[in-house]
Amino acid sequence: MLPEMTEINLQPFDVEKVRSDFPVLAQHVYGKPLVYLDNAATSQKPQVVIDALADYYTTYNANIHRGVHFLSQKASQAFDDVRVKVKEFIVASSEREIVFVRGTTEAINLIASSWGRVNLAAGDIVLVTTMEHHSNIVPWQMICAERGAEVVPIPMDDCGVLDMQAFGTLLTDRVKFVSVVHTSNSLGTINPVKQIIEQAHARNIPVLVDAAQTVAHQAVDVQELDCDFLVFSGHKMLAPTGVGVLYGKEKHLEAMPPYQGGGEMISSVSFSGTTYNEIPFKFEAGTPNIADVISLGVAIDYLNAMDRKAAAAWELTLMKLTSEKLSALEHVRLIGTAKEKSAVVSFIVDGVNAMDLGMFLDTLGIAVRTGHHCTEPVMHRLGIPGTVRASFMFYNTAAEVDRLVEGVKKGIQLLRA
Amino acid sequence: MIAWWKELKKEFNYYVHNVKDIATLEKEIIEDFSLFDDWTEKYQYIIELGQKLKPLDDQYKTDDRKIKGCQSSVWLHAYSNDGRIYFDADSDSTFVKGEIALLINVLSGQKPEDIVAAELAFIDAIGLRQHVAVTRANGLAAMIKQMKLYALGLQSQAV
Ligand SMILES: Cc1ncc(COP(=O)(O)O)c(C=O)c1O
Repeated sequence: MLPEMTEINLQPFDVEKVRSDFPVLAQHVYGKPLVYLDNAATSQKPQVVIDALADYYTTYNANIHRGVHFLSQKASQAFDDVRVKVKEFIVASSEREIVFVRGTTEAINLIASSWGRVNLAAGDIVLVTTMEHHSNIVPWQMICAERGAEVVPIPMDDCGVLDMQAFGTLLTDRVKFVSVVHTSNSLGTINPVKQIIEQAHARNIPVLVDAAQTVAHQAVDVQELDCDFLVFSGHKMLAPTGVGVLYGKEKHLEAMPPYQGGGEMISSVSFSGTTYNEIPFKFEAGTPNIADVISLGVAIDYLNAMDRKAAAAWELTLMKLTSEKLSALEHVRLIGTAKEKSAVVSFIVDGVNAMDLGMFLDTLGIAVRTGHHCTEPVMHRLGIPGTVRASFMFYNTAAEVDRLVEGVKKGIQLLRA
Repeated sequence: MIAWWKELKKEFNYYVHNVKDIATLEKEIIEDFSLFDDWTEKYQYIIELGQKLKPLDDQYKTDDRKIKGCQSSVWLHAYSNDGRIYFDADSDSTFVKGEIALLINVLSGQKPEDIVAAELAFIDAIGLRQHVAVTRANGLAAMIKQMKLYALGLQSQAV
């Protein structure tokens, strides 16, 4: 079955122009032009982001918020500017709600540990979905084990669509927190988070949105969503690895205890007692990842400067093209055919091991991911060991889709022999 | 034992077990792979070997024969005869079967002490380790370790 597309762009997006901004894409691997279709794992970086990193270390490397000297002030200013940029990027109401972390995983661990420690008790339930990344399961399992609480998944159907009726039923008085993925990394499903938030809020239950797979592909407005927390990783949205964002409503961040102790997060320290800094600094112990935060700001500038609607439409066009062409091949089955879908195409081939096919594609210079994609419960639910996943970014081309499809065709011939 | 009988037995072993020594077998594999220009061809050859690998009887696909540390399911069955060790294996991945076929080609039918001592430099020489992702390289290492463990087990039984 093919995903029905809500929006298809027939106007070619100027992909060649955009591609030239990403130096990695121009290379050959094994003597063949690289086809990079593993964007859900991590995106490539535009030259401006790479330059920003080098520029920081080359010209104004200094620790921030501590020095009276020129370099420190320059670095502090650049760092603080990014908090404002992030605030605007996700339309938060104050930069006090923006905490810099290492990535999505750290953000969820922070919330589970800090919020969970004071708010979860024996018998409580944290609701997640069947299609969560392990990052949005394991931290909750850890804190729930400590508190005597329980993690319960909202089921999904065979197409990878969340069962909203079941969600309604599961939303009992025992539920104290809902933590859901906005865009599934293994299926591409875009979940109705706004509706989930509304229903949860009707019972005063806070909601965390894992937007790791969303922010690079569509605009996010945390005030419009009214989510309590929203988390994402820089490296999936053109920025370097090692930096991510935790958005939390002020009231929550104020009430939560610190996650780690150390420098930056204190207001004063003595052996008779320590007082903590105000938010967001309370959650940023130690010297932050200055270079990568600054480069995240440049990635945001890059995204803001492009026609994001056209880029998103182009990604969906590539996804639809791939879905159509792959599903026309014998033995191929698409996995994840929700109507609301992002630019992810997961599939399996009957009689062919997914990893073997992924490896064959690699020999052709085509980078895809194979396996369970850190979403084992999805694979258990669908009764498959894993999938081959092609995930797109606006810099991918229709010719690359053809290379993928040709590669899969050849791979099937070889591997089903 | 009389010298000529020793010689004869050596020859007999060679023909019956068809065992060249490990170094020779490794050299042959390296020569085979030198015919290929690129990684795609090597990959296809390994797939071919995997497709040709003698299937493992289902009765041997038990949990205790499953190798831990592999992303794919791999079963390794070992048995000894006349002081030599023989291996059969299977996997749900054809590529992994191809890798095992290479190992079996080199190690099956060898003496335990030779298996334990084998350095298997051919794996690097044919570029296998360099091309397989870390997870798969770990799987390959786990297979080799398991084969050596069987050999060690037999060696210690012998003394
Ligand atoms: C939906 C989702 N959540 C969380 C994560 C974890 O992100 P990170 O590894 O950057 O912390 C990922 C990354 O694969 C993801 O796709």
